[in-house]
Amino acid sequence: MKGLGELERSIMDILWAHDGPLTAREVGRLMADRDLAPTTVMTVLDRLTRKGFLNRTRDGRAWRYEPGASRDAYVAELMLEALDMTGDRSAALTRFAQTVSGTEAEILRKALTELEEE
Amino acid sequence: MAAVLAALATACAVGAWRLSLARWPWRAPRAAIFFWQSLGVTWGLASVGALLAFALAPYGGGVVYGLGAFADAVVSFGHGPFTLADLPRALALAAGLMLLAVLVSVLLVATARTVRARRRHRALLALISREDPGVPGVRVVDHPGAAAYCLPGIMSSDVVVSAGTLSLLSADELKAVLAHEAAHVRERHDLVLLPFTALRWLLPWVGVVRDAHSSVALLIEMAADDRARRYCCPRRLATALLRFGAAGQLPAPSGALGAAGAQVMARVDRLVRPGPALPRRCRYGLVTFSMLLSVSGPLLWIYPG
Repeated sequence: MKGLGELERSIMDILWAHDGPLTAREVGRLMADRDLAPTTVMTVLDRLTRKGFLNRTRDGRAWRYEPGASRDAYVAELMLEALDMTGDRSAALTRFAQTVSGTEAEILRKALTELEEE
Repeated sequence: MAAVLAALATACAVGAWRLSLARWPWRAPRAAIFFWQSLGVTWGLASVGALLAFALAPYGGGVVYGLGAFADAVVSFGHGPFTLADLPRALALAAGLMLLAVLVSVLLVATARTVRARRRHRALLALISREDPGVPGVRVVDHPGAAAYCLPGIMSSDVVVSAGTLSLLSADELKAVLAHEAAHVRERHDLVLLPFTALRWLLPWVGVVRDAHSSVALLIEMAADDRARRYCCPRRLATALLRFGAAGQLPAPSGALGAAGAQVMARVDRLVRPGPALPRRCRYGLVTFSMLLSVSGPLLWIYPG
């Protein structure tokens, strides 16, 4: 039995890889772990929807699910915060080094060359 | 008593201004961070206390006693020496209580915002990041930009690096960066910075507040550098810093960035050419002074003067 976090990941991966919304049954069929109970898939899809990562639309008696944003969009969101470029000086993370502008990067590059030659 | 508290608040503000310009804190970052914290707490208590002490002076018996007496008087519909007809005192009372409420609530709001941002970040990481056999225990995000950071949490903190970082740095440099991040995790530097961030959100246009925030942020990095250098080669940490800064990750956002480059260079200089640490007695002196300063605020609140 895989952990819930891992299930969420693999379900998101399936939906990201697929064009267009899928039903829980279709997601279950695409899962590597074929023995997964359909209710488990439903539960995870429901959780992801509540967290805002999936949108769902009614299709007859079933729901169809699709990602709220592409994988790249989420990666970009993470990186913006990681580089402190969201503009609100978030205290959520402690970063190794700050972003510097073009001219300053040049100065740092020069210092790096000097340090490596020593 | 009001005059004493006002003088203390002013002294803290002036002290913060002088401290933000000083270089000696870099020689003892940990002690300096403690000093900054005591300055901040004392400034807040003294400012609120000065207003309240002036307002509640007719009761005698100090700020805490005065507040209690005032509350009693309010409950029993205004019997006591204090009357709202005394306009300056009434205004001071309102201002003091307001300032206290603002300071407390901005801290709470900042905490709530931070917690929410972290929860979102953690949820995204769970979906997107992967483990890399080359760097056990570290989350890797597939992005060519250079990023390395720590996502603090109550139960556990995550250290995250981008794929760009893995290809940018040598193995030794990566080890140094991870040691630096581990120091942040271990010493909960995020909690140290939070009140200063909150104050900066509240008063973004006040120079001293901005300088206080960036000074503490830099001291925290230096403290983490100091711990990291016990476990790795300081020179590798320095080259990692420079490589990071020089990577020029993304187009620079608007806003003052001049400080960022200077801060990186200051850290590099410290790592490559470490000056003498502040003498032990100076450090202990500073810590003792900070402790006395921290208790002075509460003592002046209860002092029946």
